[in-house]
Amino acid sequence: MKNFPDGLVAVVKRDCPTCALIEPVLQRLAAGAAAFVAYSQDDPAFPSGITQVIDDSGLEGSFHLNIDIVPTLIRIRDGREVARAFGWHRGEWESVSGVPHLGADLPESRPGCGSKTQDPGMPSRLAVRYGEARFRSRGITVPASVDPIEYCYERGWSDGLPVVPPTRERVLEMLQGTRRAASEVIGQIPTDLIECTVEKAAISAVMAGCKPEYFPVVLAAIEAVLVPEYGLHGVICTTNFVGPVIVVNGPIARAIGMNCKINALGQGNRANATIGRALQLLIRNFGGGRPGEIDRAVLGNPGKYTFCFAEDEDDPWDSLAVERGFPATASTVTLFSGEGVTPVMDEISRTPESLARSFAAVLRVIHHPKHTYTVSAVLVVTPEHAAVFHAAGWSKQRLKSELQGLLQIPVREMLRGHGGTEPGFPPDAIGRQGGTIPTYPGMPVGLPATLRPDDLIPKYPNGIDIVRAGGGAGKFSGIISGLGSITIQSITKEIVS
Amino acid sequence: MSEDLILLDPTPERAPVVRARRARPASIDAARFGLLDINKARGNVFLDRIEQLLRSRGHPVNRYAKARFSILAPTELKQKIARECDIVVEALAD
Repeated sequence: MKNFPDGLVAVVKRDCPTCALIEPVLQRLAAGAAAFVAYSQDDPAFPSGITQVIDDSGLEGSFHLNIDIVPTLIRIRDGREVARAFGWHRGEWESVSGVPHLGADLPESRPGCGSKTQDPGMPSRLAVRYGEARFRSRGITVPASVDPIEYCYERGWSDGLPVVPPTRERVLEMLQGTRRAASEVIGQIPTDLIECTVEKAAISAVMAGCKPEYFPVVLAAIEAVLVPEYGLHGVICTTNFVGPVIVVNGPIARAIGMNCKINALGQGNRANATIGRALQLLIRNFGGGRPGEIDRAVLGNPGKYTFCFAEDEDDPWDSLAVERGFPATASTVTLFSGEGVTPVMDEISRTPESLARSFAAVLRVIHHPKHTYTVSAVLVVTPEHAAVFHAAGWSKQRLKSELQGLLQIPVREMLRGHGGTEPGFPPDAIGRQGGTIPTYPGMPVGLPATLRPDDLIPKYPNGIDIVRAGGGAGKFSGIISGLGSITIQSITKEIVS
Repeated sequence: MSEDLILLDPTPERAPVVRARRARPASIDAARFGLLDINKARGNVFLDRIEQLLRSRGHPVNRYAKARFSILAPTELKQKIARECDIVVEALAD
């Protein structure tokens, strides 16, 4: 604490009715035997008739005295605080001041008002201004004549959209969204593999537009993509379309106002939009994953700005997190490597068998009808479609296994020339033994010992994932296709505060 | 006037805050030159001589001018120069 002289210190503001009410008390203390000083937050002419008023409109004194409420009366002895009263309570003020019969014609007590140090955004502004906030990241000075948003563009820190300039105050507030230390290392971010701290993650979250309450989700998403099986390096570098897709489960999704209903995969929700963007900005600015440099995507996809949504947990099916072994009370992120969204439009089916076949028919052709390896899919089932399965008593697991059965492709449909397309097994692959079967991009793994025309190859060797989201009207579901292989897998992490 | 703003660096801080100038071209062979006259007195004298020297070395040279030295170059002009030139010489004067 900054040094304050021995005696009585009062902190007041004119705008506070209680401070105005006790002005005679302050005048009496100022005229008393003990040393007295008043810190006035909004008007150095208040309290009137007192010479010992310090203009504290900069709030330095109030900040160092840790004032929450005005009026506050503090007794300092030998440079240390020994007593404090806040608001107006006659007995307490008499006790702290040692002056009897204070404010005899005033009510016994009155609550005070909030100190200006507690105004929105002020605690972090003051912590930065008066040097209590310490950062490891270097500060870069932007001249007052330069628009800070344009400056961020010029430094190459933007994904193309404006970023929120990462001021120290904003980063400090973001760090208050987690209990984790700013200096804690989260891991090495591909592709440059430099150790990333919670503080650097907070800078990205600020730039993306996150609120501090979203920050634990951002941290969990970063941890998930750093699990080696997620394969982030490959996801960044690939010529494929993919980028990280974040699905949030559990109570935090509702707590921070995420959208899992109408337009859940689209624009318009701050948490959905900024959490995904924070991860992408970290990959860009800290990991070095910039398009045209290490990011070699031929086309990319719009989800590489941001792709994050919550699962709608309002129906009887198990959530993605519960399926993966987490309790329903846990909040989690699951990270996929996803591309765009392919619609499945079926407004006719009223039986689960028919609707499952519609899903399978569209899932069957993702990437290419003859590709089975490296293709993955998250099926986003919307309420009107889910209702068909609920009415028939199908669980999510039942739908998954039915789809797996429907998505077995005969080898004869994967031969070169089938369907008039050139990819596929050459005709002479039939009858060949395992290791001698010619390969082609996207061909299956785990082939039978001898390739026969009627052999069945699973389109999705690792199965598909199902989540629920979407508005209540419209018999459409969505497929988020993506990459999946032994080196690129989806990862679920629990969100901790 | 507001104060300078301090931003925290989102990068791994492997590069200095003050960014290095763009590297000079390894070679100016076949480079297309643009000469931008900012329209300050006698800037043209300097540029005329530069043009003469560049042309004597076989370089294509385009001349451009701002309407006044005290204004920013219009976006269209900057885009035109970027499209038509590899290297630009901008003449100050007085």
